[in-house]
Amino acid sequence: MDTFLQQFINGLSLGAIYALIALGYTMVYGVLRLINFAHGDVYMLGAFAGYYIANAMNMDANPSILGAIVVTMGAMAACAVIGILIERLAYRPVRHHSRLTSLITAIGVSLLLEYGGQVVFGATPRFFPQMIRSQTYTLGPVQITNQNLLIIVVSFIVMFGLQYIVHQTKIGKAMRATSFNLSVARLMGINTDFIIAFTFALGSALAAAGGVMVALAIPRIDPLMGLMTGLKAFVAAVLGGIGNIPGAMLGGMLIGLMETWIGATAYSTYRDAVAFAVLILILLFRPAGLLGTSVTEKV
Amino acid sequence: MKLPRRFVVAALLAAVLGAVACERRPSSGGAERSTGDIVVGMYGSLTGDGASFGQSSVEGAQLAVEELNNAGGLLGGRKIKLLVEDDQSKPDEASNAVTKLITQNKVVAVLGEVASRRSLAAGPVCQKYQTPMISPASTNERVTQIGDYIFRVCFIDPFQGEVLAKFAFNDLKARKVAVLKDIQQDYSVGLTDAIQKKFAALGGQVLDPVSYSSGDADFKAILTQVRAQKPDAIFVTGYYPEAAIIVRQARELGMKVPILGGDGWVGDALKNGREALANCYISNHYSGDNPDPVVQNFVKTYHAKYKREPDSIAALGYDAAKVLAAAITSANSTEGPKIREALAKADVPGVTGRLKMNAKRDVDKPAVIQELMFTNGDVKYIYKTTINPN
Repeated sequence: MDTFLQQFINGLSLGAIYALIALGYTMVYGVLRLINFAHGDVYMLGAFAGYYIANAMNMDANPSILGAIVVTMGAMAACAVIGILIERLAYRPVRHHSRLTSLITAIGVSLLLEYGGQVVFGATPRFFPQMIRSQTYTLGPVQITNQNLLIIVVSFIVMFGLQYIVHQTKIGKAMRATSFNLSVARLMGINTDFIIAFTFALGSALAAAGGVMVALAIPRIDPLMGLMTGLKAFVAAVLGGIGNIPGAMLGGMLIGLMETWIGATAYSTYRDAVAFAVLILILLFRPAGLLGTSVTEKV
Repeated sequence: MKLPRRFVVAALLAAVLGAVACERRPSSGGAERSTGDIVVGMYGSLTGDGASFGQSSVEGAQLAVEELNNAGGLLGGRKIKLLVEDDQSKPDEASNAVTKLITQNKVVAVLGEVASRRSLAAGPVCQKYQTPMISPASTNERVTQIGDYIFRVCFIDPFQGEVLAKFAFNDLKARKVAVLKDIQQDYSVGLTDAIQKKFAALGGQVLDPVSYSSGDADFKAILTQVRAQKPDAIFVTGYYPEAAIIVRQARELGMKVPILGGDGWVGDALKNGREALANCYISNHYSGDNPDPVVQNFVKTYHAKYKREPDSIAALGYDAAKVLAAAITSANSTEGPKIREALAKADVPGVTGRLKMNAKRDVDKPAVIQELMFTNGDVKYIYKTTINPN
């Protein structure tokens, strides 16, 4: 029973990582109907931006929570700019072509960032500075670190924050309108180019926050780190119903739990395969995802 | 696009001739030259997961080459030129690198690799071209079984596994142990087998080994399963990047038992295990604390050149280059088969112990057990004991 509870916590910690990235995937898809395959790589860039900022601030020797917040903000700002650039340079020129064109462009951007990252940062894994010293809390039979707790809390904050932005604010209304019908939204006086750029900036900033947070808990970063994590976050988004914000959260948690349970059996090395088996099953039997329905409003 | 037919025929002909020319290339790599620099190749993981291995072994070898050249070179004043190729920690790149060194750069011999998996990938190339290869630190038994041109200057995993099992059983008094192995690495799989056999033979209980893969970052699921079985000690038989994270996550789950590893833990990134590295032990090839003047002299000159302490991989890189130089001298030739013969009879002192080739082209050397300690942002290896082969 103790082991079961601990595995449950392990699964939630891992799932929160996927959820954090899946939220960005789902938001961009909700507005643009574009699966932004580069999202996982922006997450990687966020981790590297955090790495350089934290080292410039010498955070490894002087850990502080305030410093960690500054580093996270810095990485988010850097990635927001990168997100806007990617949208402007890669996606906007092909926006009016077929959706397949955008998808292929997204794969191209993803590969560019991965292998460009290997040129710029080198292929050698780096270790992220310990901006917050790891602490383990014991709650009855289970242990959880402060860093994993932080990821879980932040992923919930991000989920509610996104729900609020999309459903309660003026810009959220504009995002939903753009998603519903781009040309009509423009006729109604919405600056759709700005809305789309804003969506990318927000999504990329979230990816960066995820990158820094995950690097705190699992300190090893390398230019290909976004590949597998990004794919699993994508599966999580599809599982929950792509375009659906609480769905991304649910999907992430489920993938995390499933992986952990497989990891706990003798088949531990098949854990990566499970996520993709789930993707196939979902696409076969419930293509709209767990929380998605074909008529639900998307964003 | 239309090309003139004559052009196509000429190109095809050239390609065929090229292939034929390659086929009848003499086996030993350009060894016939008797003047000029002696070109030695080295391949290693300068980047990628195993970057620390490649960098340390190359630094060690370069130091040895520099010393030999300053002392007048080999074979009557010929300098040694070390050509280094990066294999990016990938086995297929390792065999490409070695093919290039032998066929294009015409090296007389090859030094490398550290990781057994990459030595196993590139070794057959050296064997095929009859170019001697000396691995500084590949401990998997099968490496030198590739063929009679493959040598090494380190102990092998059956011995290392025995050393670790004995230490856990006799010194740490462990009776029930768990093993975590990296199923992608021949080294880890071989070492796991050796530990299992010896520990069981001593009368201890080994739990079913738990598998992970190079590059994994979350080990909490498997560690929680291990924790439930309450082992007295845990072996992690993989390499340092994963070991650092495994140790940390084990401590985060409240597991305080000793964690043991092999020489694969020796790498710069191990320091990311931080305070969790307390109560961890490894088997290693040499200890920098050894008062032997040969060792102390090496530590001093290495530090003067690279401004850091040499790790055991650097010491083995240095020894590999020295053994090769001694073999070239005693063969009085740079031809592959002659160097091979001299290497098979090699018996020279090294910083990691006496380097005497046995019939299997391995060396019988003692191992040391070291305790790890994290101080001032780095890992300290504290000498515990030396275990000799019997």
